[in-house]
Amino acid sequence: MRGKDFYKGGVGCECRFKAETQRRNSVFLHVQAGVKWWCVSGYNPAVEDPPSVKWPGLTESVIAAACSRVGQRVLHLDRRNYYAGNWASFTLNGLLSWIEEYKKSPDDQTDVEQEWREKIEEGEEVLTLNSVDSTISNLEVFTYASEEPEEEEEVKATSVGTQNSSGPDDTTPDKDDDEEHQHQEPENEQTPETQEEPENEPQPEPVPEVKKKITYAKLIKEGRRFNIDLVSKLLYSRGLLVDLLIKSNVSRYAEFKNLSRILTCRNGKIEQVPCSRADVFGSKQLSMVEKRMLMKFLTFCLDFEQHPEEFQDFSQKPFWDYLRSRSLTENLQHFVFSSIAMVDQETLTEEGLRATQHFLRCLGRYGNTPFLFPLYGLGEIPQCFCRMCAVFGGIYCLRHSVQCLVNMVKAVIDTHGQRISCSHLVVEDGYIRDEQRTRSRFSERCIYYNFSPCMQISLVTVPPLDSSSPAVRMVELSSSSMTCMPGTYLVHLTCSSVGSAREDLEPVISKLFYVPSSPGEEPAPGCEEEQKPVTLWIMFFNMRDSSGLDPSCYTLPTNVHVCTGPDASLGNDYSITLAESVFRQLLPDEEFCPPAPNPEDIIYDGDGTQTEGAAFQEAGDALGTSAAGEEEEEEPQENDQSEESSEPAASSESAAQDSTNESEVPETPPTLE
Amino acid sequence: MHGRVKVKSTAQQEEEKRKGREKKLKVYLTVRDAIFSKRSNGELDEEALQFTQQLLCSNPDFATLWNYRREILLHLETVKEEDEIQKLYEAELFFIETCLKMNPKSYGSWHHRGWVSSRLPRPDWTRELSLCDRCLSLDDRNFHCWDYRRLVVKASGVPVDQELQFTDRLIGSNFSNYSSWHYRSTLLPLLHPEPGSEPASPCRKQNNTHTSPTASPQTHSHRVCEEQLLKEYELVQNAFFTDPNDQSAWFYYRWLLGRAEREELISCVYVSREGERVAVAFSKPVNALTEGLMLVLDGQQQQRVEWRSAHPRFRHSPVWLCELPPGSVSDINNEHNLTVHWMEKHTHRDCALYTGRPESWCRDSATDQELFRSELSVEKTSVLQSELQSCTQLLELEPQNKWCLLTIVLLMRALDPLGHEKETLAHFQTLKEVDPMRSSYYSDLCSKFMIENTILKMEYAEVRVFSLSDKNLSTLCHLDQLLLVTHINLSSNQLVRFPPQFSMLQCLEVLEADDNAIGNLEGLYHLPKLEEVSLKNNQISKLSDLEPLASCPRLTRLDLRGNPVTKTANIEAELAQLLPSVTDLLL
Repeated sequence: MRGKDFYKGGVGCECRFKAETQRRNSVFLHVQAGVKWWCVSGYNPAVEDPPSVKWPGLTESVIAAACSRVGQRVLHLDRRNYYAGNWASFTLNGLLSWIEEYKKSPDDQTDVEQEWREKIEEGEEVLTLNSVDSTISNLEVFTYASEEPEEEEEVKATSVGTQNSSGPDDTTPDKDDDEEHQHQEPENEQTPETQEEPENEPQPEPVPEVKKKITYAKLIKEGRRFNIDLVSKLLYSRGLLVDLLIKSNVSRYAEFKNLSRILTCRNGKIEQVPCSRADVFGSKQLSMVEKRMLMKFLTFCLDFEQHPEEFQDFSQKPFWDYLRSRSLTENLQHFVFSSIAMVDQETLTEEGLRATQHFLRCLGRYGNTPFLFPLYGLGEIPQCFCRMCAVFGGIYCLRHSVQCLVNMVKAVIDTHGQRISCSHLVVEDGYIRDEQRTRSRFSERCIYYNFSPCMQISLVTVPPLDSSSPAVRMVELSSSSMTCMPGTYLVHLTCSSVGSAREDLEPVISKLFYVPSSPGEEPAPGCEEEQKPVTLWIMFFNMRDSSGLDPSCYTLPTNVHVCTGPDASLGNDYSITLAESVFRQLLPDEEFCPPAPNPEDIIYDGDGTQTEGAAFQEAGDALGTSAAGEEEEEEPQENDQSEESSEPAASSESAAQDSTNESEVPETPPTLE
Repeated sequence: MHGRVKVKSTAQQEEEKRKGREKKLKVYLTVRDAIFSKRSNGELDEEALQFTQQLLCSNPDFATLWNYRREILLHLETVKEEDEIQKLYEAELFFIETCLKMNPKSYGSWHHRGWVSSRLPRPDWTRELSLCDRCLSLDDRNFHCWDYRRLVVKASGVPVDQELQFTDRLIGSNFSNYSSWHYRSTLLPLLHPEPGSEPASPCRKQNNTHTSPTASPQTHSHRVCEEQLLKEYELVQNAFFTDPNDQSAWFYYRWLLGRAEREELISCVYVSREGERVAVAFSKPVNALTEGLMLVLDGQQQQRVEWRSAHPRFRHSPVWLCELPPGSVSDINNEHNLTVHWMEKHTHRDCALYTGRPESWCRDSATDQELFRSELSVEKTSVLQSELQSCTQLLELEPQNKWCLLTIVLLMRALDPLGHEKETLAHFQTLKEVDPMRSSYYSDLCSKFMIENTILKMEYAEVRVFSLSDKNLSTLCHLDQLLLVTHINLSSNQLVRFPPQFSMLQCLEVLEADDNAIGNLEGLYHLPKLEEVSLKNNQISKLSDLEPLASCPRLTRLDLRGNPVTKTANIEAELAQLLPSVTDLLL
């Protein structure tokens, strides 16, 4: 899970994605250098091994990787110019252009219809697809950062190089620095006037003076180095996604950080949720007896199936009622209900117990909390699977969409009027015209805020403020997660929507954050607001959650498989389960994402259809000559990022940390600086 | 199959692995032989360093190679400049790190690291400390690393408070860690020593013992001041409330509550006019032959007396005996003054044998000494009381928790052993049920407490009769406290033997131990006054089992009914021969 063993060199997809979106695209196109996208239809007719066509969200990309891994041909089309659909991560600039695009809602697509009509053969039926994405609504953006021009350009400019090199350094999930921060965390909340980087900030970046105020211009400027997700999810460390990442060896493409603390908002105060044994032991807010009660309850939840007598009376009643029937104080009921099980009032007892159990089982695998967060954002994960897909021959086309399906899907016709034959089509829910109804929505928005006390990634659960409002889940990301600039925090708030995102979330925001009345304004010294983090930028939007829909909701040909967009839950189990079930329908006899082979186990027969082979050459066994070189950890970290280069850069780690370190990969020497 | 990656089959991989292993082995053996031949040739050069390094990297537990390396390094030290030596040793440290990655619990590597650190001209202790911390963060119970860390801390003089914070941190991340708790117990007394080294012990003044200032300097040095103690109680309670089944916290708690520090003194001197014999009891087992024990009778030092322990099996014993010179005290009309000096501990005890008295003694009684309360030696009752409350609270939540039950029993005993007797017995019953694997342990412990209580009751009543029948006793202890007892009743228990310590009951006249399972009479040895022994319904099966009784000169009555031995043919005649003094034999 630490990105130790990348494939060595060779293919462009070995590069780690640190640059902005545009660069990524070029990386992927580089994979296909010399292969035109339409060659898919070109070598299709023999139809012995038909390609599947997909659009890449998380579910789709997993299916694509799984198919490609077992030798299916995969063509990946996306009408967008970025990967991962609503799962995407953007730089701030990228996000701004995404916003622009949504605002101008294009509807000029009707006249191209004639172009593709002629491609239809006689007797074929046509099913038109949606060309406009309707999954996002109520998009609103507010800027609170000062608009005044930035002064201290020089200071920041020097940090570009060091930034990148320091990134991977603090990425191990179980990094103990984080724990130290936890201890040092207390009340050194800094007001904007005295703001400095916290001392314990793990990045060696020499930032003695992050400016007093973070201006909008600076956000924009720095924003291109960090990625902002559209969805806010975390990885349960024993969830299906983590299991799949490990099983399939896809984990080698990404790096993760452990969530460092779980908080909850109760009676207007933010408190730490004691969830692990160490937390309970160290908790100052629980009495001795509460500690025992909580531990006893949690221990019971770990194997609650063994003790049916403890809960069967409540099997048809809500979990909340069950909790109240147990010997738990109100405090503890709250912790278990909203921060550990994270369920709602209607959830039945057994489901609540299962959620608690899942949470607890995830504890301790990578650290003191059950969650992982991928560096550079959640959008990394679909990309990792895309990369896996590409390594095994999948082809990717961006800005390229499908207009219609032909007759039980023998083929699709793309936006350029090109007809592409295929045997299966996996498509995101958003492409389907309104054959379906949207059942629930969830809303979400990001804000930037300033000056929080420590370098942490936190999950905060905020119970409903009143009976009509939804419970809100808040994920606070520090710059060490590579999702925002140093000195700022990126906060995602997510809830099931009642009204528009803004209506639902504004009360929570004003409770927990200081929202300036005009850009750049600061809270009056001494007032209560001064203690709160300052808001810099907010984006509200609702995103459709179609995860509740089952396949029977769609009136579509049987070889069209619909994948829903991101669901509202915190984990990713829904998408992975869906991916696996679609894969089973496509290829019932194949294994789902078997481990990718180690480079040294791949036979390169030299027939030159792909370039990968060269990378997979065996490295010689080197004992005797280099015994001392084994397992050295203090290797220089990768450092590429010469801004304009689109050259793939191999990770130096991959070479250094492989146990046979005499790598023979002349094609791509590690780019070290 | 276009686009499908071809992967080697398992058989292929196996074959390759096997070849790889063979190749490795060959290299390994060659290098090993080269090293051995170099060593036998006495070559102490850098090439040998290189060779051994190569092997140790893959097998850091090859002790001979580490030894050879040390030989080489010691030699190089004599021929190189200091700077070169520094470099050499620094490289050595770096190399050891790779070995530790190979096996973080390698004895050889850690030992070598300690050795190198001590030879290093300019050691960088900060770096070593951070290495230890990293190692412990990976495995907080790696005792090799703990050992090495202690060495580093000692050498670099890390302040105690910093070390205490270090244990705070480790305990915070995982409190199931004996090493951290134990380390705490060594640091706290240094950082927060108990003010005033000598706690008052009022009970001792009424007797003539005098307290020497040097009584036991180490006795109080590991006590902690009260303020800090209270904080520690809270910390450790957090641990056992969080996980009451974790024993490390409970053990630390027991340490905090303290352990009896018995003062070393002569607790009793007994003299028998008729037997012309002196018995001396000490507060703990001693070897009187080496401790400089001196007997002064009427102002005259008795050079000739020979001290012997109560039973020849003991080299250390709490009771020692000696025969006085014949005729020295036998005249009932004379008064004698006896003093026993314990030279080593600068303490002594006097005893006067008055006219007309057949025997005399001088002693601290168990009640005076609060002997059995001090198993937990926290001075303040209020503290113990509140600790008992916390534990009782925990017990309500966890009625089956053995650690909690046991701690409550100990606290109750420290507070008021007689007052809590009933609850204690009930708790022992629960303990045996929830922890059947250790039921014998609990039986023995319970027996001990019952004996203590009976001794206390006996002494409050100021009698010399010890009666403890039908109490499920499984073992006998505190027998040194029964030195003066004349009548003992142990009937209807589960005793299986009289241990050798039983021979300390020097005044015993009547012994009743019916309805037990006794098969071993080893302890009925040289009991000068023993006259009656009743052992009905026991497990004495062989005549030889009765042999110890032959050493009791006054034995006249012996009841062996209900023992297997009575079935032996010709038993009466055999017994008459073995025990000629017995006139009243019941079979």
